[in-house]
Amino acid sequence: MKPDYSDDVLVRIRGLRFARGERWIFDGVDLDIRRGRVTAIMGPSGTGKTTLLRLIGGQLKPHQGSIQVDGLDVPKLGRKALYELRKRMGLLFQSGALMTDMSVFDNVAFPLREHTRLNESMIRDLVMLKLHAVGLRGARDLMPAELSGGMLRRVALARTIALDPMMIMYDEPFAGQDPISMGALVQLIHLLNEALGLTSIIVSHDVAETASIADDIYLISDGKVVGHGTPEELNNSRSPWVDQFMHGLPDGPVPFHYPARPYFADLMEGV
Amino acid sequence: MIERLQQLGRSGLLFFERLGRGVLFLLQVLAGAWELVPRLALLIRQIYAIGVLSLLIILISGLFVGMVLGLQGYNTLVDFGAEESLGVMVALSLVRELGPVVSALLFAGRAGSALTAEIGIMKATEQLSSMEMMAVDPVRRVIVPRFFAGLLSMPLLAAIFSAVGVYGGYFVAVGLLGVDDGSFWSQMQAKVDIYDDIRNGIIKSFVFGFVVTWIALFEGYDALPTSEGVSRATTRTVVHSAFAVLGLDFVLTALMFGDI
Amino acid sequence: MDQSRTLEIWVGVFIALGLAALVVLAMQVSNLASYTREESVYHLTARFDNIGGLKVRSPVSVGGVRVGRVDGIDFDMNTFEAVVSLAIASRYNKFPADTSAQIFTAGLLGEQYVALEPGGDTEVLKDGGEIHLTQSALVLEQIIGQFLYNKADGSK
Repeated sequence: MKPDYSDDVLVRIRGLRFARGERWIFDGVDLDIRRGRVTAIMGPSGTGKTTLLRLIGGQLKPHQGSIQVDGLDVPKLGRKALYELRKRMGLLFQSGALMTDMSVFDNVAFPLREHTRLNESMIRDLVMLKLHAVGLRGARDLMPAELSGGMLRRVALARTIALDPMMIMYDEPFAGQDPISMGALVQLIHLLNEALGLTSIIVSHDVAETASIADDIYLISDGKVVGHGTPEELNNSRSPWVDQFMHGLPDGPVPFHYPARPYFADLMEGV
Repeated sequence: MIERLQQLGRSGLLFFERLGRGVLFLLQVLAGAWELVPRLALLIRQIYAIGVLSLLIILISGLFVGMVLGLQGYNTLVDFGAEESLGVMVALSLVRELGPVVSALLFAGRAGSALTAEIGIMKATEQLSSMEMMAVDPVRRVIVPRFFAGLLSMPLLAAIFSAVGVYGGYFVAVGLLGVDDGSFWSQMQAKVDIYDDIRNGIIKSFVFGFVVTWIALFEGYDALPTSEGVSRATTRTVVHSAFAVLGLDFVLTALMFGDI
Repeated sequence: MDQSRTLEIWVGVFIALGLAALVVLAMQVSNLASYTREESVYHLTARFDNIGGLKVRSPVSVGGVRVGRVDGIDFDMNTFEAVVSLAIASRYNKFPADTSAQIFTAGLLGEQYVALEPGGDTEVLKDGGEIHLTQSALVLEQIIGQFLYNKADGSK
């Protein structure tokens, strides 16, 4: 019987402000990530969605605002406490980020060998379990260079669940995937969330795939939250931002034309 | 004109900024040293990658440098009727200078650039970042073993270079040019001092190993995570290592041999 | 894990080679052999007007055989003499009190050394003793100057 945590908020972000150089990537963002749910964070490219994951993981510090994970104030954690927290979090990178000099098996075994004192036969069993969950048990002796993009991500996913984390963050998991790999990944994310009682955060701009498994969606544009709700709510939303994004309209609040002088002026320059 | 000065100032500040980052990086690496003890397998693996794989180039270069020293030395000394001192000349040149310096430069080119490229690419493909997120300190796991492997390998390589060079010189001097076997060795053994020459040479190669490995690892760690960034970092490693080795060589030589 | 065994073997070979090179350098190339034979020494002093190119660690020999080395060079402001401290191996402890010390040059371009010539006294030099009969180094300019002077004199 899975415990009902659906009212509990695992990640709570309030008043987040973060800048890179002169640009405010986040300018007052409030987010609630609920336990046991799949929450998607979407928005146009370049809105800093990956940055948000790094902020949650403590790799970056916000200029203002609070980020709480499981009750802990992430930016204020010391090195040891932060590392302990990270053992309970998983981050799936866009490229998988496997160690290229190790086999698939060794990659998945890496967190187990680093953080536990289990003997090799136990580790072997665990690795087999995780690889089986992602359907790549047979590929265990291959090297990352021999894998396709989709397989790389699945191995990385197996590695991410090696220590049975409480949450997984997915950085653009569907980017550049063929339909079959995409379908496999979508199903995996959904299954893992259900079977392991995980909390999943998906950062993506693939509306269709993400909407099919997300329980909750935040739309971020220009450093602020411009939309929040279930996939149905957002689909039917009247807001122009949300409408443009969800339906893939080329022009709207995010303009088609990069800011430029009047067309006539540019044409006449050659004369 | 003002712009040129501004640019100069900016480059100066950038230099100090990098130097500061480099020193902080070094302190991080040294602080992680004690964590290497339970992970000797990592160290051994790196000694292989850095030391063993540099053996071939060191052996061949050492041999040829020694042989050339024999040849050139003979040509010069024979004018003074002092060709019996050829052994001393070859040995001192190698042990004091050429052994540590040339092997350090070769090391920077072969092992140093490989290290920079490896770390740079790990950074570019987010392997270091993913390690961090898995609660493994990438400095301690990736950088520290490589640093100590380099530090250990350098003096060994320099010693091998010098030893092979001496025998190369012997082959040319005694074997080809007819210098007397006995005087070649006896004069050498009388004049080459275990403390002043050999120990100082070893100290030099330790210092060079420290600096070259540090530069190689830092450039890789600090590289821009693009293919261009990594390639520039690799070039910087070789160039900066060369400057550092030659500059330090002058300072060390002045300190060690200046009084003689 | 066959790969790691090969690796370890190669690393072992590498380290062995490196250490072997160090040993070769120490034994074959350097003067370690003579160093290790260095036993205890006792000290004598000798004063010279001019030590020429004599340096610390220059050899001290008798009849061509090395018996010790120079281990200190000092200057006496009162008598304006160079005071040279000689470290002699302890087994050569029967130098007569009237032994003389001269500074010679080894070969044409060679380095300078202290040559001791034993005298005939029955008393023996002990640790801290002084050699009174000394002859300074030959300085090239003085010899040439003297030669020219003699020549000029002779042609009168």
